[in-house]
Amino acid sequence: MVCQECGKRPATLHFTKIVNGEKTELHICEACAREKGEMIPGTASGFSIHNLLSGLLDFEPSGVGAKPEVIRCEKCGLTYAQFSKMGKFGCSHCYKEFSERLDPLLKRVHGNTVHVGKVPKRAGGHLKTKREIDRLKKEMQARIDREDFETAAQLRDRIRELEKEITG
Amino acid sequence: MNKQPFKEALSPWMRRPAPESDVVLSSRVRIARNLRQYPFPMFANSAQSAKVMEQLLSVAESGRLNGVDSVQAIRLSDLTELEKLVLVEKHLISPMLANESRNAALILSRNEDVSIMINEEDHLRIQCLYPGFQIPEAWDFSSKIDDLFEESVDYAFDEKRGYLTSCPTNVGTGIRASVMMHLPALVLTGQINRILTAVTQVGLAVRGLYGEGSEATGNLFQISNQITLGQSEQEIIDNLHSVAKQIIGHEKAARSKLMTESRTRIEDRIKRSFGILSYATIIDSKEASQRLSDIRLGVHLGLLPQVSLETINELTVSTQPGFLQQAFGETLSPEQRDVARAQMIRTKLASRA
Repeated sequence: MVCQECGKRPATLHFTKIVNGEKTELHICEACAREKGEMIPGTASGFSIHNLLSGLLDFEPSGVGAKPEVIRCEKCGLTYAQFSKMGKFGCSHCYKEFSERLDPLLKRVHGNTVHVGKVPKRAGGHLKTKREIDRLKKEMQARIDREDFETAAQLRDRIRELEKEITG
Repeated sequence: MNKQPFKEALSPWMRRPAPESDVVLSSRVRIARNLRQYPFPMFANSAQSAKVMEQLLSVAESGRLNGVDSVQAIRLSDLTELEKLVLVEKHLISPMLANESRNAALILSRNEDVSIMINEEDHLRIQCLYPGFQIPEAWDFSSKIDDLFEESVDYAFDEKRGYLTSCPTNVGTGIRASVMMHLPALVLTGQINRILTAVTQVGLAVRGLYGEGSEATGNLFQISNQITLGQSEQEIIDNLHSVAKQIIGHEKAARSKLMTESRTRIEDRIKRSFGILSYATIIDSKEASQRLSDIRLGVHLGLLPQVSLETINELTVSTQPGFLQQAFGETLSPEQRDVARAQMIRTKLASRA
């Protein structure tokens, strides 16, 4: 059967619409369906990243004698199985709950598992200070290598101050 | 409510002169954020999502954002279907926010360069749009707004994973930076596939207004970052910036090659399209966007002095279904729409000629 819209491509989608008791049948190809804005069941937004993602999620960490256990987020109730089906988390706590299983997934999606970008002022806790300390330590080492001991000593003091902030 | 955004096809920010605007239509940065104490929108019940909406809208209503730009808060439940469609066509909200979200709201700046979606896939999606090639500027601006929100709401943030988002593809920085590029010469000279393949290999995604096969309708391509975790915002922005810059260079080279080697043919193509748009009485959206792409190129090559870039930008938005229905004040069948579209284009081009 050829598409009744363009008359060229084979019709791959067959709809029966019933609106107010009036029945219409539609046999069209995917390209025309998209053009007409017809809903294509099962591919609501075409092939999306989420389809791909649930494929990635749907795997067990190998090696471990895979015994199916239900991991459930205690806060929102989402299970890992549901998560891997939808590719969406239920709440921020899910990240903690599914943490072990997330590393391989994030590695596949992003090539990384740890955030290195912006840190919020309030919610960031000590992370910003920790990052600053790391940065200062590197800087201090560089100064030492250049035998600029005076600046290095200043940096050392600053690092001590910051470390006190965190522990204190 | 200020109804201006629903009437004008062209957002005020689009009128500003901008760098590389002959190739890059716009630069956009979107930041995804969530509130710590509530489930993500898809899993929140109505009471929870209503609280999220009120809490985030109160940030706008408190005037906290006014230092950046004057804003208005819009609850989507107050809008008609047509008004929502118009906002989607102007890329101010997503189809998801318009159709699938509960307790959805929008905070929109007067210039329409800042549109903040509430209760879309994430609680908060801050979007900044700049004309032309200005990705770092868009990032700085959206980051500033992000800071203003953080002063009064608690973000979901994890030391290891960064900003937590509903979808694992956004976790970490939560940013998606993109440029909308018009690449007619690369399409005409058949170089586009090679370039786009290369782009996807460096962790960027190409999408946008696709037509059939590889030829995008209207030769418009959106290029954006794919990775959000393990790279800093600066690295993400720099990466996109430098790749986009190379593409701009290739497009410009291809344009001048077309002008030196096949000037008559390219001029013929552009002026034919101008002729068709000036006189056609029926035109579908696909043909319209292809012809508009031709005359956009014509304007940049100096072949159509009678048309302004602003006219084309306006027509690109106002020839879409929502705007046509709004302009002609009725529900249009697809056939009527094609007639209305042709009329809209004819009138607009004639008034500027």
